[in-house]
Amino acid sequence: MTNDKVLQVRNLSKVYGKGCSKCFELTGPEHNTNICPHCGSVVAAHDISFDLYKGEILGIMGESGSGKSTAVKNLFFDEIPSSGQAIFFDEGKQYDLFNLNAQQKRHLRNHRFGMVYQNPHLGLNFNVSAGGNIAERLLMSQLSNYQEIRERAIELLHRTEVLTERMDEMPKNFSGGMQQRVQIAKALATNPTLLFLDEVTTGLDLSVQAAILDLIMEIQRESETAMIAVTHDLGVIRLLAGRTIVMKYGRIIESGLTDQILEDPQDAYTQRLVASAL
Amino acid sequence: MFNQTFSADTQFRKASAEYNFGFLDEYAKKEVRRSVLKAIAIPGYQVPYSSREMPMGRGFGTGGLQLTLSLIGKKDTLKVIDQGSDDSVNAVNLRSFIEMTCPGIDTTTKVSEATLIQSRHRIPERELREDQILVLQVPYPDALVVVEPSEDKRKIMHGEADYSRLLVKLYEDIVKFNEITISHRYPTRINGHYVIDPSPIPRWDVPKLNNSKSLILLGAGREKKIYAVPPYTLAEPLEFDDIPFRVESFNDSTGKRRTCWRCGCDHSFLDEFIDAQTGDKRYQCSDSDYCDEQIKSQVNNQELEG
Ligand SMILES: Nc1ncnc2c1ncn2[C@@H]1O[C@H](COP(=O)(O)OP(=O)(O)O)[C@@H](O)[C@H]1O
Ligand SMILES: [Mg+2]
Ligand SMILES: [Zn+2]
Ligand SMILES: [Zn+2]
Repeated sequence: MTNDKVLQVRNLSKVYGKGCSKCFELTGPEHNTNICPHCGSVVAAHDISFDLYKGEILGIMGESGSGKSTAVKNLFFDEIPSSGQAIFFDEGKQYDLFNLNAQQKRHLRNHRFGMVYQNPHLGLNFNVSAGGNIAERLLMSQLSNYQEIRERAIELLHRTEVLTERMDEMPKNFSGGMQQRVQIAKALATNPTLLFLDEVTTGLDLSVQAAILDLIMEIQRESETAMIAVTHDLGVIRLLAGRTIVMKYGRIIESGLTDQILEDPQDAYTQRLVASAL
Repeated sequence: MFNQTFSADTQFRKASAEYNFGFLDEYAKKEVRRSVLKAIAIPGYQVPYSSREMPMGRGFGTGGLQLTLSLIGKKDTLKVIDQGSDDSVNAVNLRSFIEMTCPGIDTTTKVSEATLIQSRHRIPERELREDQILVLQVPYPDALVVVEPSEDKRKIMHGEADYSRLLVKLYEDIVKFNEITISHRYPTRINGHYVIDPSPIPRWDVPKLNNSKSLILLGAGREKKIYAVPPYTLAEPLEFDDIPFRVESFNDSTGKRRTCWRCGCDHSFLDEFIDAQTGDKRYQCSDSDYCDEQIKSQVNNQELEG
């Protein structure tokens, strides 16, 4: 099992603001806040530890503001953590994520990681076509044959069930669900080892949500890509995640097999979440 | 337009006696030269410098002018061209300004005689030599400006040689038009790293940057940047393996190469214009010195034969 480890996160913390020595003891679920009353800094995430294995989907659940996006943003280098360690295992190599130089980070981000954001404007370049968005990621990985890029883009869009006749259209002409599919195609372009999904179905129609979740499960079945799925939606967790982390006010309050958490939630907060979803 | 900004011409002529050789003070020249050295040491990298106020609007070639004024010495022979011509208003004005502020220098219209060539929009047809320097005037120095508005981000992209978004533009061009349509300012990678905007030269001139015998310096006055393509340096236009860079074609609809109506040349960059009397399209060498040279050598040949 350890050989299959893709990611090991230990004690990840992210504080917005200058921080003080009391930040951590005065925030968290038992204080019902993530804002330090002493210095006003936001403890967006603290003491986050977990492991992720090949082919697995790990769910991160919690209500809005609990620090879910912060956790993945730090791992995807969108933010710089305040402290902690994360090791990425890939093709026999280990990467100490928070101690890489800019070029190494860029390499992992462009080649070995993929990110799908809730807001397609963050993941797609709206000034270029759907195909161009995928081409961009392929061009980053030194592919320099136009025809090959074209074929690979068609293959990916086909894979994510976007009409390939529309590949030369601008993303703004696409529905929200289609934009997410293009984002997923772009993220998958380089066959990443690790895929981050941040509220990818939030805000979409229920039928569209279901189709996209199906697609994600299909990808999981076919590839060994490990995924972290961030959501506030219990339904998404139930469907996708084998294991789940529950966050509140920046801390992990519960973690384990998704089935167990849903059937027998230990933490009062999780109990309420589960009860309200029934 | 240029004449207007330059209208203080006679006043300036009087005052110019009080100026240093080359108009700029020695400190300013030294600073430009230091930037030039750095630009040569890091081929294609845009070196910032404190562009001075010149007695003409920025955008009239002040970047190239400051390079020329910082490099020129009394023994130099200067050629100034604009769009291939020595006689255009811009070229004439710049040349007379440099002559005025650099007493003792020689000027020429012949490429072969020049030691220093300042140009806008063209690189001479005749291959330059090791003992010549070409100064190109640049309006927009950064090839990435079309894909990234933030200069800070562009700097990082250059540092990391991250040009995927430029390549996407080429990709989109091919999707839309079946070819790369960029006609001027063709993004060109220097020495395997930095991609430059080679100033508004036509694609025709881009291959002349590659492995050039002469030093090529590019100066943007308004944007305060100097960059260089040093001699014998790789300069590669961005392209795809299967859709290579191409220069402009001057073939007519039957596939025959058009020729210059004046000198008959069939291998130069041609300007198209409409004959005022007949209304027909005419083609003429854009490089006027090259055109003259061809005519002269034809006359010589005829004399020899006759
Ligand atoms: N750039 C930022 N500056 C200050 N506070 C932030 C910033 N980004 C997020 N936060 C705060 O961090 C906390 C966690 O945010 P986030 O990780 O986005 O939550 P979630 O994704 O669980 O909804 C929130 O209180 C949020 O307001
Ligand atoms: Mg979020
Ligand atoms: Zn504090
Ligand atoms: Zn001619």
